[in-house]
Amino acid sequence: MKEHNTAMLNRRAVVSRLLRDRGDALAISSLGNPTFDLAAAGDCPRNFYLWGAMGGAVMVGLGLAQARPTNRVIVFVGDGEMMMGLGSLATVAVHAVPNLSVVVVDNEHYAETGMQPAHAGRGVDIAAVAKACGFETALLVRTEAELEAAAEDILHAPRPVLAAIKVSTAPQPTALPPRDGPYLRSRFREALLGSDAHR
Amino acid sequence: MSHPDWPQQIYEVFKSLDVRQVSYVPDAGHSALIRLCEGDPEMHSVSLTTEEEGVAMSAGAWLGGDRAVLLLQSSGVGNCINMLSLQHEARMPLFMIVTMRGEWGEFNPWQIAMGKSTQAVLEDSGVYVYRADQAEEIAVNVDAGARFAYQTGRSVAVLIGQRVIGTKNFNK
Repeated sequence: MKEHNTAMLNRRAVVSRLLRDRGDALAISSLGNPTFDLAAAGDCPRNFYLWGAMGGAVMVGLGLAQARPTNRVIVFVGDGEMMMGLGSLATVAVHAVPNLSVVVVDNEHYAETGMQPAHAGRGVDIAAVAKACGFETALLVRTEAELEAAAEDILHAPRPVLAAIKVSTAPQPTALPPRDGPYLRSRFREALLGSDAHR
Repeated sequence: MSHPDWPQQIYEVFKSLDVRQVSYVPDAGHSALIRLCEGDPEMHSVSLTTEEEGVAMSAGAWLGGDRAVLLLQSSGVGNCINMLSLQHEARMPLFMIVTMRGEWGEFNPWQIAMGKSTQAVLEDSGVYVYRADQAEEIAVNVDAGARFAYQTGRSVAVLIGQRVIGTKNFNK
């Protein structure tokens, strides 16, 4: 059983790069490392971190994208989270919202629970699954150059985008965002809705 | 005995409360309401692969300022249990309308398990349950339950009894 993958990209650098030019984009992260990656890239009210609800991140993104058609919504998920919510890729493709991007931060392992090998490292190609579901833009990213090319689509393509980005299993410094749900909810809604958040 | 057009009444409640997103796993009992929502250009009507997707979608809708509803059958309630933690922990509204199977005159024994446990597992998960066993009770329960959910940030399910919907006939 292999302990580590051979991917070279650093997950923190990937997420920071994609958010560098985020503008007014909204970010959702799935539990575990993607939530820590998003926090490390810079905590702000337009981030909503999931600390549970595994398998639901992409659908939170769909509901948000439908409610906020003028904002790009970027959902950062782990490959384990994505496997638990594969059906949601079919749902997103069928109801193609033009402003939703799914970024799979794919280290091919369940890093949070002891680095058990995950399906993405055992032959399951998440980008190909997305393609088969109907994503016109489903990218597999392994290099800096491919990441640069994908960033434009992730931030601006007028259609749903999925990018599976292969990242190293190298441990990262701790970066814990707030985990109080009502706080995260209210500051996110206030950032979007102003005082209407409390009506 | 009168038979109010309760799917139409539910749809009118949705409009009065400015519901913008409706998600569903189809059920015969919800079919008329689904058609009404699908035909409304002001609503996003989203068919799901499994019910918990609709729980998560409803949370995302609320984060963006939209009110959402999830339509499902009692058998799908069991699929939602862990995802209910999202609204529970972030104190966000969730409004579900559940058509019941596995109770009044049921034909299919495989529906019995969730028919028996739906209300209990919802309540154990922190969901407030309203129940309608007559057609006349449905719209008022939907209106009150939805207001309760949206205004207090709680999870609410309105159960529509199989007695109202009728027993599915497999021997036709």
